Amino acid sequence: MSEEKLSGAELVVRSLEYMNISTIFGLPGGAILPAYDPLYDSPIRHILARHEQGSGHMAEGYAQATGELGVVIATSGPGATNLITPLTNALMDSTPLLAITGQVASEAIGNDAFQEAYTVGLTMAATKHNYLITNAEEIPQILLEARHIATTGRPGPVLVDIPKDILNQKVEWIEPKLVDLPGYKPTLEPNPKMINQAADLIKKSEKPILYVGGGIIHSKANEELFELATKFQIPVVTTLMGRGAFPDGNELCFEMPGMHGNYTATTSIQKSDLLIAIGVRFDDRVTANPKFFAQNAKVIHADIDPAEIGKIREPEVPIVGDAKSVITGLIERLEGSDLKTTDWINELNQMKKDYPLSYIQEEKGPLKVPFVLEELQKLSDEDAIVVSGVGQHQMWISQHWNFTQPNTWLNSGGLGTMGYSLPAAIGAQAAYPDRQILALDGDGCFQMTCQELITASTENIPIKIVVFNNGNHGMVRQWQKIFYKNRFSASELTHHTPDYVALAESMGATGLRMIEKSDVKKVFEKMLEINDKPVLVECIVDPEDMVFPMVPAGGSNDVVILNEDDLKKL
Amino acid sequence: MSERILSVLVEDKPGVLARVASTISRRGFNINSLAVGPTNIQGRSKMTIVTELESVEQVKKQLNKLINVIKIVELDPENTIESEVLLLKVSINKDTQTSVIEKASLSGAKSVDVGSDYAVFEMTGASKDLDKLENLLKPFGIIEMIRGGRIAIQTKL
Repeated sequence: MSEEKLSGAELVVRSLEYMNISTIFGLPGGAILPAYDPLYDSPIRHILARHEQGSGHMAEGYAQATGELGVVIATSGPGATNLITPLTNALMDSTPLLAITGQVASEAIGNDAFQEAYTVGLTMAATKHNYLITNAEEIPQILLEARHIATTGRPGPVLVDIPKDILNQKVEWIEPKLVDLPGYKPTLEPNPKMINQAADLIKKSEKPILYVGGGIIHSKANEELFELATKFQIPVVTTLMGRGAFPDGNELCFEMPGMHGNYTATTSIQKSDLLIAIGVRFDDRVTANPKFFAQNAKVIHADIDPAEIGKIREPEVPIVGDAKSVITGLIERLEGSDLKTTDWINELNQMKKDYPLSYIQEEKGPLKVPFVLEELQKLSDEDAIVVSGVGQHQMWISQHWNFTQPNTWLNSGGLGTMGYSLPAAIGAQAAYPDRQILALDGDGCFQMTCQELITASTENIPIKIVVFNNGNHGMVRQWQKIFYKNRFSASELTHHTPDYVALAESMGATGLRMIEKSDVKKVFEKMLEINDKPVLVECIVDPEDMVFPMVPAGGSNDVVILNEDDLKKL
Repeated sequence: MSERILSVLVEDKPGVLARVASTISRRGFNINSLAVGPTNIQGRSKMTIVTELESVEQVKKQLNKLINVIKIVELDPENTIESEVLLLKVSINKDTQTSVIEKASLSGAKSVDVGSDYAVFEMTGASKDLDKLENLLKPFGIIEMIRGGRIAIQTKL
């Protein structure tokens, strides 16, 4: 028993050290100020963001890149409300996040005190769970619980709100106990009966598809997935959150299905007789109208979150469990069986040849994002981490970048949070100082969080940023072209556009620009050589370009729009 | 529309009702009744939630995700005793007084306060019996009515 009394603030910092947290992201303010004082002496690296939304996305980027807990700290009121976007983003994409917020003093709560917000109430629907601490003695135990909840089961964000007087309260350190929550016991091991039923269906299937997503990455089950797919010759499609869970380039990998998925991936599901869905949630960007989704297929749905099973599609075989255990179980039960999928795989490969992803990069014409991406990939490291914003460029990256490893593709999938890329890339680089971190962003997205460029410079975080500048909110423009008769209401950004190169330089980064095809290679080579500070490349691209294939929202995946001419089908 | 009753054991902590209510409204579930009260177990409260058959599976699963929710039991409609409490204040006058009190008492309500121009009845019972009382007294002019929410318990283990 320690006799020395510690302040609540010291307990916060000591608890973070106790949990081996090495890096946190944040921004100080009145109510959280006590916690920043002991942090000054702590070996924990604190990265000072310029806006709390940025700090939240940094913690998300750190967590998505490492698969471990990301930690963000903010003050009360506006500090906490600015965190709501990253918290909701982390909830949608199942990212393990711990947010610690200061709160006004206990006796002021409810009095509309300065910088008071009802943080626990405001973040109730934005977190997996949240806490308001009422006694400093609880701090170590609650922070440990918060980490446990954030990182186990289906991962997600947890917020701990601590009033200022509690941060100043002097108490003894009480060694936290092993976390045991009566209402929280995630099911990790699948029911063997269900595994048997699933294996029986797989054995009978002629056209199976492994439809896999983020759950594989959270569960670190990519090797097991590879074994299952290759041993039994089952084709794989990977959702936006599951890119990298199975290596692109493998003959069984048909990449991303859905709204902007490739034709073969989307159609493979429609033609399949058995969907083996693991760690996916039948998101509307994958299914389009669920009534028309995989109508010929039976469904095996395995997920760690029971609430996902049957939410959109009632499966023939529901399996609650961790993806790794589920897949291991399936491999064991399928041992020795010989699936007759050769015809099916040939059919899909033929389809891939007949309906390839395509683009035309003219020698003297404006740059096309897919071309630029393919050139960049040729020059970058195999284990480079790609961090995207939201919109056209995000879809093009998912389509044209070859992902061969998990945790190398960071993006905002569920919430679609523009502005995610730059701060999330900072978080990823904080975790991996020596890896190439590529923030590939749109100009609309970049303008939402570009203040964090100064954070990267100040903290010596040498991320490489590519701003695809089409002078527009490109995806909005695309929809206005297709659905709103070319009425470009509020989607043009060209009336006053920043000088991105000057902006980068003013923030301590190197600024470069590419305009023509002949620029691409040499500018990227230069970009990749700079490793002592952030570098930004403005890439001027064609504003008229649209992302295809496309299945309009609420449509049927049987009707895939392949190109501009195909729009007549609508 | 067929109903289902959920008996939800929760931790007796501040904000738990808000979490349950937030989940229900966030997911757009239809809830016909919700009642909360203490149990015989220290630190535990019980919520009785009445919802529609078509949404009951998702209601259960989504509420189960709440850390403070310990256990959810969907009560077997065949073996469940349900009860609800009602307080009802109705207008009376010299002419109607006897008839009102008689009707209420025949329905199983107890008169708890009778003034010159009003009477207050209390009744405990199945919700449909409370509905009957309400309909019976409506013509006399109901001034105020409060119902406590449905609670239920399964009769077999």
